[in-house]
Amino acid sequence: MSLTRKSAAELAALMASGEVSAVEVTQAHLDRVAEVDPKINAFLHVDAEAALEQARAIDARRAAGEELGPLAGVPIAHKDVFTTIDMPTTAGSRILEGWRPPYDATVTRRLREAGLVILGKTNLDEFAMGSSTENSAYFPTRNPWDLSRVPGGSSGGSSAAVAGYVTPLSTGTDTGGSIRQPAAVTGIVGMKPTYGGSSRYGLIAFASSLDTPGPFARNVLDAALLHEAFSGHDPLDSTSIDAPVPPVVEAARHPDVAGLRVGVVKEFAGEGYQQGVLNRFHDSVELLESLGAKVVEVSCPSFTTALPAYYLIAPSECSSNLARFDAMRYGLRVGDDGTRSAEEVMALTRAAGFGPEVKRRIMLGTYALSSGYYDAYYGQAQKVRTLIARDFEAAFQQVDVLISPTTPTTAFPIGERADDPMAMYLADLCTIPANLAGNAAISVPCGLADEDGLPVGLQIMAPVLGDDRCYRVGAAVEKAFESRWNGPLLKEAPAL
Amino acid sequence: MSAITRDEVAHLARLSRLALSDEELDHYATQLDVIIGSVARVSEVAAEDVPPSSHALPLTNVFRPDEVRPCLTPEQALSGAPAVEDQRFRVPRILGEEA
Repeated sequence: MSLTRKSAAELAALMASGEVSAVEVTQAHLDRVAEVDPKINAFLHVDAEAALEQARAIDARRAAGEELGPLAGVPIAHKDVFTTIDMPTTAGSRILEGWRPPYDATVTRRLREAGLVILGKTNLDEFAMGSSTENSAYFPTRNPWDLSRVPGGSSGGSSAAVAGYVTPLSTGTDTGGSIRQPAAVTGIVGMKPTYGGSSRYGLIAFASSLDTPGPFARNVLDAALLHEAFSGHDPLDSTSIDAPVPPVVEAARHPDVAGLRVGVVKEFAGEGYQQGVLNRFHDSVELLESLGAKVVEVSCPSFTTALPAYYLIAPSECSSNLARFDAMRYGLRVGDDGTRSAEEVMALTRAAGFGPEVKRRIMLGTYALSSGYYDAYYGQAQKVRTLIARDFEAAFQQVDVLISPTTPTTAFPIGERADDPMAMYLADLCTIPANLAGNAAISVPCGLADEDGLPVGLQIMAPVLGDDRCYRVGAAVEKAFESRWNGPLLKEAPAL
Repeated sequence: MSAITRDEVAHLARLSRLALSDEELDHYATQLDVIIGSVARVSEVAAEDVPPSSHALPLTNVFRPDEVRPCLTPEQALSGAPAVEDQRFRVPRILGEEA
């Protein structure tokens, strides 16, 4: 079997036993990048030589008898919103084109220290704002299942790269669903850790109270291994939780749901949901029952206003965070002809450097925070946020995890929603509550929709710091489905 | 009635430091009107007695000892600057000619 078909855990074992070298593993994936990336456009930046150099260093350390981490030598691709000292970091925006950060993000640094080999940086919706990766200032990424469709977003480069067997692992960020939604529509696993469980240091900020780094992988165990490798308290992030990382790898190795109480979120069904998505969700409910879980329906009435609350809170925070792009200290500067004022240069630069969705959200946030509108919009949205957290609290009194479809529909065609922001926002309908309340939530594949043969994701939500429950249930669902399917869902994807 | 007028969008663009063309203002006015009309749904939630949440987790300020630690060198800090002069960021004029 080709090295690019292997999981991260399998690759790590092959390298640990000396059957293959990190250089061989890296070269196989670089060859796959060259073969497949022209079709899917997952990468904004690839550095083959740097990757091979990292791989050679791992091989040398192993040869010297050094004890290496469980993922040493395994390739990874980073969403281009994590700073990397040795590669450009653009956030998918023209305003940062060619920028080389002077420091590494904590996620980047920890994974370097764990010995993972960075293949490159993946495409995203500009500043992680979007659900399709069409908002990238550079080019859209394509879904490996159907090249005419989106790979989800905002972390669409990372989902496409993993689903296309270009890398076994990638990083993403999830502010309103930007890991779980792309994972669902490309048939892979994507996890949003508990807010504060993974460091935001060196992550280019979109909405600071929501942004959460997390892993993509082709199976639940690989996602857990990556989750564990970059998580844990970071003094450089003031909202980092100073508590042990939940036992996610242990949980992924114990796929047992017997006696577990599972709640089906009543509000996430009905109008706007594709029938094939609902069918696969019902299969998942039956599967969990057959595995011994106790499934009950749970009502979370505030979840129906999560979407409008999110589209006030996230743009408000973004309008403040993106004020730092002022054309003064780094990034693009336009119109500095010696006569214009700093303010004029700033406005010209931001108009030239930001794309339409970023401009929309900055203005929407500025509006929601304006005096006269603040109480009605931002203030009210913050109250809804409290109600959503209360709904979660009440639900977790009755059940151990909540489940729903990850997305209302399968991957939509490129261009279909590009000019209709509200239609695009609906892609995040089911994922947003966990962001607003800070909960852990994962998406795992649960089959193909009847209408279009495209992958569907099952979302499993757990309480704050209950990340391990997502992995335990996810692993159980994965194991049972894969025995039914005679292998992973991805084997149904067309060859690239 | 529209939720937001074109003049209001022009004002938002100024506050946001975005030099938008007339055409862009028309375009965004239409889109923002739809979006604001939709998100206004939050006002239908009865939440008078509900405290607002700015964050998901109850976090308070985090402090560290006030000690000197390594930081970026001037060269590193200036490495991405659009214009540099005498080890400083060179910026367009901030004050008017008269000042």
